[in-house]
Amino acid sequence: MKFAVIVFPGSNCDIDMYHAIKDELGEEVEFVWHDSESLEGFDGVLLPGGFSYGDYLRTGAIARFSNVMKEVVKAANEGKPVLGVCNGFQILLEAGLLPGAMKRNESLKFICSQTQLKVVNNQTMFSNVYQPNEVITVPIAHGEGNYYCDEETLEKLKKNNQIVFTYEGTNPNGSLIDIAGIINEKGNVLGMMPHPERAVDELLGGADGLKLFQSIVKQWRESNVINA
Amino acid sequence: MSLMLEPSAEQIKQEKIYKTMGLSTDEFAMVEKILGRLPNYTELGLFSVMWSEHCSYKTSKPVLRKFPVTGEHVLQGPGEGAGIVDIGDEQAVAFKIESHNHPSAIEPYQGAATGVGGIIRDVFSMGARPVAILNSLRFGELDSARTKYLFKEIVAGIAGYGNCIGIPTVGGEIYFDPSYEGNPLVNAMCVGLIDHKDIQKGQAKGTGNTVMYVGAKTGRDGIHGATFASEELTEASESKRPAVQVGDPFMEKLLLEACLEVVQSDALIGIQDMGAAGLTSSSAEMASKAGYGIEMNLDLVPQRETGMTAYEMMLSESQERMLLVVTKGREAEIQEIFKKYDLDCVAVGTVTDDKMLRLHHNGQVVADVPADALAEDAPVYNMPSTEPAYYRENQAIKAEIPVVENVEETLMKLMQQPTIASKEWVYNQYDHMVRTSTVVSPGSDAAVVRIRGTRKALAMTTDCNSRYIYLDPETGGKIAVAEAARNIIASGAEPLAITDCLNFGNPEKPEIFWQIEKATDGMSEACKVLKTPVIGGNVSLYNETSGEAVYPTPVVGMVGLIKDLDHITTQAFKNAGDLVYLLGETKDEFGGSELQKLTSGKIFGKAPELDLEVEEKNQKAVLKAIQEGLVASAHDLAEGGLAVALAESAIGSEGLGVKVNTTGHAVSALFSESQSRFILTVKKEHQSEFEKVTSAALIGEITEQPTLQIVHDGETIIDTPIETLEKAWKGAIPCLLN
Repeated sequence: MKFAVIVFPGSNCDIDMYHAIKDELGEEVEFVWHDSESLEGFDGVLLPGGFSYGDYLRTGAIARFSNVMKEVVKAANEGKPVLGVCNGFQILLEAGLLPGAMKRNESLKFICSQTQLKVVNNQTMFSNVYQPNEVITVPIAHGEGNYYCDEETLEKLKKNNQIVFTYEGTNPNGSLIDIAGIINEKGNVLGMMPHPERAVDELLGGADGLKLFQSIVKQWRESNVINA
Repeated sequence: MSLMLEPSAEQIKQEKIYKTMGLSTDEFAMVEKILGRLPNYTELGLFSVMWSEHCSYKTSKPVLRKFPVTGEHVLQGPGEGAGIVDIGDEQAVAFKIESHNHPSAIEPYQGAATGVGGIIRDVFSMGARPVAILNSLRFGELDSARTKYLFKEIVAGIAGYGNCIGIPTVGGEIYFDPSYEGNPLVNAMCVGLIDHKDIQKGQAKGTGNTVMYVGAKTGRDGIHGATFASEELTEASESKRPAVQVGDPFMEKLLLEACLEVVQSDALIGIQDMGAAGLTSSSAEMASKAGYGIEMNLDLVPQRETGMTAYEMMLSESQERMLLVVTKGREAEIQEIFKKYDLDCVAVGTVTDDKMLRLHHNGQVVADVPADALAEDAPVYNMPSTEPAYYRENQAIKAEIPVVENVEETLMKLMQQPTIASKEWVYNQYDHMVRTSTVVSPGSDAAVVRIRGTRKALAMTTDCNSRYIYLDPETGGKIAVAEAARNIIASGAEPLAITDCLNFGNPEKPEIFWQIEKATDGMSEACKVLKTPVIGGNVSLYNETSGEAVYPTPVVGMVGLIKDLDHITTQAFKNAGDLVYLLGETKDEFGGSELQKLTSGKIFGKAPELDLEVEEKNQKAVLKAIQEGLVASAHDLAEGGLAVALAESAIGSEGLGVKVNTTGHAVSALFSESQSRFILTVKKEHQSEFEKVTSAALIGEITEQPTLQIVHDGETIIDTPIETLEKAWKGAIPCLLN
């Protein structure tokens, strides 16, 4: 399986994402610069964390206008897996690929720490290797991860099982009903604030994030075998 | 157009305008002699910033010369953006520490943020990829609204810059003491990795080669920042807020990536950060170092504002800019790289062979001065030095053990002292994990960052207990280096070298200069014995408010090499049943200690003694035991002594406790700050092997029961749940801030 890591000016978790895929997951991966006009040949798209364009406006608000975003939308429409982590999640919200918006953390401070997450939906292409309601440890590092949406959207998210990860124990940012990660209705676009690519190596304090990437590969292999 | 009409050369002399720029009458006469004529306003500006203490080290040079600067691993010593040390396999580590004290006192967020930005540029201007940031901060007591504001904003500024640019802030230290009330210290250190072949120099070589300006545009911010940093803070300092620059970490991220691409091109001859004194220092120093001259046309400099004068452009300290020297004819290759990042990259001048810095603006030559005169020929002063009365008085005080009524309560209070208390409130605001290489996060003795693709890792720390240095600068200076090395050793690394940031008061006062001399004497000696040469650093003098100097604070930043990931050791206890050892002798030493401050509200007497031979012996033994796989956890004993160290290690263990037996005077056993000591825990099966390697004393055992128990001469004097200690320790700083 071949992944694209999209690099916006100001992305800074791109290298981490790249190494997580290449060194720990053992799949193919390439960086794709923000002005690229094609994602041809990639089976999955990863939007990494960072501060795209400095995020001096609203997080992700400028990045969504990058050339490459047209291609990301196209890939999403084609049903390819699209994962946005942290700033990547914020960009997916701005691009309308996922519903809702981000507010500043309730504490008004940037927070970097390990967090506990509950896998509330393990029936997605991003979570199928996890056990139902498995509690995992994945770090967060953000200033604006306080997820918000209107009641109607929230009802929809709940009804369609679009909430994939919630914070377990302490909610670090004040997000609505402890939401840490959501998926689109179709089930192929996931946005999450915690950083699974930072949790792929026991040396750095845990490898619970690796299963997320393994899930993507598992689903892709299965559907490709069926298709073939 | 600039509304201010510049004074003429004659006016400058007659009205002594040079004095407002920090030049003395003698220095002005020297400038006149060098030029053989009167300097114009622009030229005066060049001299005044380049001859400021901040750029020229004119008063600190004589003491800096004492530092050992060479060693078998040193690839680049002081004089470039950052020092570089070999770590084998054609790889090296580049690092440096720098102060941003004065700007942070006036505009804390931007002052701290641009301090971080500046030190990062120093490292990548060498061609190195920055991999970690540390910082060393000093504040007044956390009881005034002003100090709380400074503390919150400085932390936010460091976080804002480091988090955005994507370099993890992995460690550092914070002390609180009334002497820093009006003049906080903000020292930032950056560590980078580099392949030997990529090492760059800030040099302008080869007549006819092209001088290129890259990065952010030049504005009117930060004009005379270096001069401002070389005088005492007064009430009028608030009016110097325009001398504080504004940082743009996004711009720097682009500049960083572009520069690291550019260093791969053999068209690049030299590269230097435009830091203090901006375009002036970078051009004059690059020319002077290489023995050439530079001719620049300032009309070509990318400008953020209209109508800037030559004076303003040359003295601006706008951030995120670099000066490059590129082989003539190959400018387009370089421009191509910067274009990818939407950054300005403009040819602004050429290298000449006449050793002059010549500037053109609006069709006229606006400055024509020898580059060496700016960069090298600043006067050097041997300042008078006098042993202060306070030192003699303190030396004469007979050592006394503070009276402690209840050791258990005292330990709880110590855990809540802001200097000892958990700094989680601070470092949780720093992204300490980005780049996914941080193996040991903030909170242990030293931070550890792995080197991807190898079995190696780097340990790094900043240290300086300025109370000891105030009481006894020479001993305190030794302790600062020794403690840094102890932290590096405890993490499983071999100390490589240090960078230092000498924060002192006004050197024109003989008592202050004496502190500088003695502290650097002590540091030099420790560096020699511990084989950690000084590969670079920074001097920040005039840290005074209303005539009161801060404690002498020569911060030591040290980096060590962990040869195998298996050697990485933390201070957290690991397994119930492990044996607890104390290495090093405990004496009745309380001068400058946390306990003394707690019980008497002040510090006095003698600083703890330091025997460098013992220090070296203990450090070597610990490293050997770690490398042989005999040590489960290691922690150096510092502020608060043994009791605090045991509590910290137990808190870090998440669920374990410890029981130890002590003898001698209980207060000394628990709280003395004697040097050269470590707490080591060892698996039972390693007991005999471990005891062959070190002379450490077995004092207890790790327990499953999560309590701290101290039995003194057979009597239990402390029996406290770890949870209680943890709550007090973690809650102290948030509580003081609310």
